[in-house]
Amino acid sequence: MSELLAEVDGSANGLPPAPIEGRGPGQIAWQRLRRDRVAIACVVFIALLVVAAVFAAPLCHLIGQSPYTPDRGPHGLSPEGIPIEPSTHHWLGTDDQGRDILARLLYGAQISLLVGVVATVLEIGLGLVVGTVAGYYGGRTDTFLARFMDVVLSFPFLITALALVARFGPSIVITIGVIAFFSWSQPGRIVRGQVLALRERDFVEAARASGAGDLRIMVREIMPNLIAPVIVYGTLLIPVNIVGEATLSFLGLGVVVPKASWGQMLADASNQGLYTVAWWYLVFPGLALLFTTLAFNLLGDSLRDALDPRRGGALRGR
Amino acid sequence: MLRFLVRRVLLGALVLLIVSIAVFLIFFAGGDPARRFCGAICPPDRLADVKHRLYLDHSLLAQYWHYLSGLLHGNLGYSFTNQESVNSIIAAGLPATASLALGAAVLWLLMGVPIGVAAATRPRSIRDRLATVFALAGLSIPTFVVGLVLLELLFYQLSVHGLHWFPPSGYVPLSHDPVQWLVHLILPWLTLALVNAATYARLTRATLLEVLGEDYIRTARAKGLSERRVVYRHGLRSALTPIVTLLGVDIGTLLGGTIVTEKLFGLQGVGQSALQAQSDGNLPVVLGTVLVATFFIVVANIVVDVLYAVLDPRVQLT
Repeated sequence: MSELLAEVDGSANGLPPAPIEGRGPGQIAWQRLRRDRVAIACVVFIALLVVAAVFAAPLCHLIGQSPYTPDRGPHGLSPEGIPIEPSTHHWLGTDDQGRDILARLLYGAQISLLVGVVATVLEIGLGLVVGTVAGYYGGRTDTFLARFMDVVLSFPFLITALALVARFGPSIVITIGVIAFFSWSQPGRIVRGQVLALRERDFVEAARASGAGDLRIMVREIMPNLIAPVIVYGTLLIPVNIVGEATLSFLGLGVVVPKASWGQMLADASNQGLYTVAWWYLVFPGLALLFTTLAFNLLGDSLRDALDPRRGGALRGR
Repeated sequence: MLRFLVRRVLLGALVLLIVSIAVFLIFFAGGDPARRFCGAICPPDRLADVKHRLYLDHSLLAQYWHYLSGLLHGNLGYSFTNQESVNSIIAAGLPATASLALGAAVLWLLMGVPIGVAAATRPRSIRDRLATVFALAGLSIPTFVVGLVLLELLFYQLSVHGLHWFPPSGYVPLSHDPVQWLVHLILPWLTLALVNAATYARLTRATLLEVLGEDYIRTARAKGLSERRVVYRHGLRSALTPIVTLLGVDIGTLLGGTIVTEKLFGLQGVGQSALQAQSDGNLPVVLGTVLVATFFIVVANIVVDVLYAVLDPRVQLT
């Protein structure tokens, strides 16, 4: 409580009361977020991961490792053909073919982030358009689009992915396409619900009265109100899509070898029980996946808290 | 009630029809199914024979009609590899998949709901925080990572110490040996349950928190009912509706193939046979599984809607 009072009148640092300033919703959210240590840690981790992924090639060059060429020397595989544990030669050990695990993790981050972000952008985009149109027009358009979203949700995701890969062969385009196609209807439904409420509001009526067309109302009047839920939902979709890619790759339906993906590394580690002799082969890709999805999930939760106008002011501690 | 059921069943049939068209198109998109069926070395007269037997010498529309009438008679087609009926291949996998899905569902309800209740009855307490951490971890870790960790800890580490409690793989039919059935399923059940319990804990917490704030709960407390009775008999009953919805959809989805868990633990279920068929390029089996999986999801959705009315007298089915 004293913290609260101090915040309001600035008496904590003995200054005269600061004049009350108007703050936009974006500023308030930013202030709340800046105070959230968990959120900051997540942002830092994600930023480092992005840097690692973007600069995977120079970083690998720097540590003198390649993600594709096996180390044929004594540090790659033991005479029995077993991966070598972490050492000064290979910081995170080697895999079943004597390749450097750190280098493959760096390249795997590229795939994870690429699929996670691109699929999320596609899902949010499609969900935003279909959801807004359905909610804004209502009536038959809404019934048809809502049914369509129901049908999409009825498809069994993994099995259908299996069918598509069986037909067209695995590729990153199929991976992103399958993930995006099966997950856009969830944000679509959320957007539709919001738009149903928004279109009855006075500012929409005012825009219409001043002669704005449907498209203008949807894009300029309604969509800006959807930014907060879309940001939160998008942040929470990224880890779901990263797990989706890892799962497809784990089943051999994702990226094509020799490209590295965390899911496919874990599949290799589990083949023939290799993880029983090479713990690092299981632990490092597993931790990479866990920390990444955890960071996005925690950040999404923090963003939801920060962007929620019903939360008690900017003063809520964590 | 009857009108509602008829409408829902018709809608479900429409979804299945759309999926069957999609499946049919995947089957024919590019490439020649006859050539795949025939194999690598295929003399022209044999190819013609295969075309005739697969009904491929008719127009596309006639072929779809033929396929659809087969489906309506419950015939999903024949395997490319050994001409076994797809029906019997899927039926062979169902006991393992159903044992896995249903047993895991019981387990995750037993874990998730009490955790959610514990968190909701003491919001912002230590145990609420712990429950949140559990839920976030469950949402962030992919199924196969949980499975691999369980294999490492409960199978490998125990067997190193001479304790062979949990077999790592295989499925023993219930009718064959109930004890071995149970023992073989413990690790797969735990894997699926740990991943899903997180979602259920989160959902239980959120709905119960909302319900506990309602007037009738205050009335129940004012009547002098014990807190236990208030929470479990009055609160949880209304909170059950969303849980049942999710449970129905989850079980429906899982019955169509628990691919990842089946692969990890070598259970010969629906998902495993579809995965095997995928790597053999055996399209009819994969596509048949897509249809069967969709069928389960559609049926689960109808069952859930009917259960709504049973659980919540306020819901009128029209």
